[in-house]
Amino acid sequence: MAEVLVYVDHVDGAVRKPTLELLTLARRIGEPVAVALGNGAGDTAAALAEHGAVKVLTHEAAEYADYLVVPKVDALQAAVEAVSPAAVLVPSSAEGKEIAARLALRLGSGIITDAVDLEAGDEGPVATQSVFAASFTTKSRVSKGTPVITVKPNSAAVEAAPAAGSVEALDVSFSAQATGTKVTGRTPRESTGRPELTEAAIVVSGGRGVNGAENFAIIEALADSLGAAVGASRAAVDAGWYPHTNQVGQTGKSVSPQLYIANGISGAIQHRAGMQTSKTIVAVNKDAEAPIFDLVDYGVVGDLFDVVPALTEEIKTRKG
Amino acid sequence: MSLRIVVTVKYVPDATGDRHFADDLTVDRDDVDGLLSELDEYAVEQALQISENSGDDVEITVLTVGPEDAKDALRKALSMGADKAIHVEDDDIHGTDAIGTSLVLAKAIEKAGYDLVISGMASTDGTMGVVPALLAERLGVPQVTLLSEVSVEDGTVKGRRDGDAASENLEASLPAVVSVTDQSGEARYPSFKGIMAAKKKPVESWDLSDLDIDAEEVGLEGAWTTVDGAAERPARTAGTIVKDEGEGGKQLAEFLAGQKFI
Ligand SMILES: Cc1cc2nc3c(=O)[nH]c(=O)nc-3n(C[C@H](O)[C@H](O)[C@H](O)COP(=O)(O)OP(=O)(O)OC[C@H]3O[C@@H](n4cnc5c(N)ncnc54)[C@H](O)[C@@H]3O)c2cc1C
Ligand SMILES: Cc1cc2nc3c(=O)[nH]c(=O)nc-3n(C[C@H](O)[C@H](O)[C@H](O)COP(=O)(O)OP(=O)(O)OC[C@H]3O[C@@H](n4cnc5c(N)ncnc54)[C@H](O)[C@@H]3O)c2cc1C
Repeated sequence: MAEVLVYVDHVDGAVRKPTLELLTLARRIGEPVAVALGNGAGDTAAALAEHGAVKVLTHEAAEYADYLVVPKVDALQAAVEAVSPAAVLVPSSAEGKEIAARLALRLGSGIITDAVDLEAGDEGPVATQSVFAASFTTKSRVSKGTPVITVKPNSAAVEAAPAAGSVEALDVSFSAQATGTKVTGRTPRESTGRPELTEAAIVVSGGRGVNGAENFAIIEALADSLGAAVGASRAAVDAGWYPHTNQVGQTGKSVSPQLYIANGISGAIQHRAGMQTSKTIVAVNKDAEAPIFDLVDYGVVGDLFDVVPALTEEIKTRKG
Repeated sequence: MSLRIVVTVKYVPDATGDRHFADDLTVDRDDVDGLLSELDEYAVEQALQISENSGDDVEITVLTVGPEDAKDALRKALSMGADKAIHVEDDDIHGTDAIGTSLVLAKAIEKAGYDLVISGMASTDGTMGVVPALLAERLGVPQVTLLSEVSVEDGTVKGRRDGDAASENLEASLPAVVSVTDQSGEARYPSFKGIMAAKKKPVESWDLSDLDIDAEEVGLEGAWTTVDGAAERPARTAGTIVKDEGEGGKQLAEFLAGQKFI
């Protein structure tokens, strides 16, 4: 069966969930061969094998952390040359898309970004994309070269599928461009202990209606009662009430959880672009005319300062 | 010393309008107003700020690849303060994919001459966020992308990239390709004086033959990706909406419990 390369997104050996989802999709079109780069690359093997990787190609070098993007492109190119895969799958992070794009160009291949589903087709893998702020669904495929496809988080279920996962060292020689952009400093983001926004099953968001950084405690309390991640609208982020990394929308994260609760958010098209594909949508807004109500499964017209704490209390009581 | 900046700007259908596809599965541009992609306003703004903070002589050229109407996007950028504009227009470009677009842009950038290319983080229609990286690969220069802060000094570009796991400080020698996010600083509104001045600024028009590109390399025929179908997402069925009269929180909890979220 044809091999399918899967680029592994990991932090010091801990594989992030979107990569495990890619292994599920990769198995629909072939045998997954994972490529793990940088510090801790070898430590990813067990998790990858458990989810279907027949082989894990690894390479550790300081270049992956010290320079932007290109060293990873060099390595993936080496992996493609070693394996001749039927497709290359990359998680749709900002960096993942840049890596995929440069790789596709080098391979003389087309690229599809932000696929939300993938299946085998007569002429190669067929990708589903959700476009124009999720108002249209398209089916597309790569018609030249080795398909390079980036896939959004939550596009497939993580499935256990034990495979060999034998580890092999990848032979990489870096290109002249690899050291072009130096990373001169890095400030890691502090963990909040809450689930990762793009991976969470439930997201609770606050917007301009939250009216102040200190009031985000109300949103966080609701999130914690549900084990949810916290999101924010751009208006809340621009006002400095919540970090940009939590922004949901076109220029923030796109999320597709089982449940999305929007509090004090009007539902502008750019916000909708990042949450419209959520399974169940709930909103609390004091304006009955707010466009967010066009999307909801359940909406409460009311003041969030009354409704949200009452909801949190009720959840706590029910959960005992 | 002088610094030549090329800012890539895309003309896109208005996101607040009713966007849809034409019969050939490309974006229907006839039925919806177009404008300068809002995220490219941030790129123009950063070019202007680099120019204002520089003791050197800076020339800002805005470049678009798009149909006749795309001139509107160039005019907007010129009225913000860019010096001149290049419009690459050719019927054969219709339907070009990201790889093909990057080819046309890269050839035009090389022909124009540049020390620094500044792009938006993503267009507001395709939203791929790949063109800046593709330009860096094609031009063979460093990519310093997704910056929320950018500065240029003594032939070096520096910036901050806020990623998921960390914030990174980046640095590269010119020439380079930069892309900026909407966190980089609010874009200015064109002044009346700027709008009047823009009318007199030069706009050059180039076609594929000016860039030595064969028609087969671009357009729907030349695309390395194929769209086989597009369907409108079914409208969501109307949900339940209640007015809070003291019980809104409880009612919502009841709904969430019914859906097994609690
Ligand atoms: C290029 C571009 C990219 C963008 N990207 C994004 C993005 O990624 N994400 C994003 O969110 N936006 C984005 N925006 C901004 C977007 O257009 C809106 O401005 C933004 O989403 C509005 O945020 P909001 O809903 O919190 O604020 P508003 O639109 O001001 O809405 C606040 C809502 O809160 C309600 N409210 C007020 N007080 C209360 C209360 N006490 N109780 C209950 N309800 C209350 C009001 O009725 C109102 O509906 C982008 C814009 C552009 C141009
Ligand atoms: C809904 C939709 C989905 C698409 N999906 C795919 C796909 O999966 N694969 C594919 O190959 N193509 C795809 N395309 C086509 C692709 O979007 C365009 O070919 C395109 O010009 C490049 O991608 P982008 O607009 O997403 O740009 P991005 O990569 O998001 O743009 C980043 C920046 O590049 C610059 N830029 C981009 N285009 C231009 C331009 N024409 N003129 C000047 N500057 C520009 C701007 O500075 C912009 O801010 C899609 C188009 C649409 C409308």
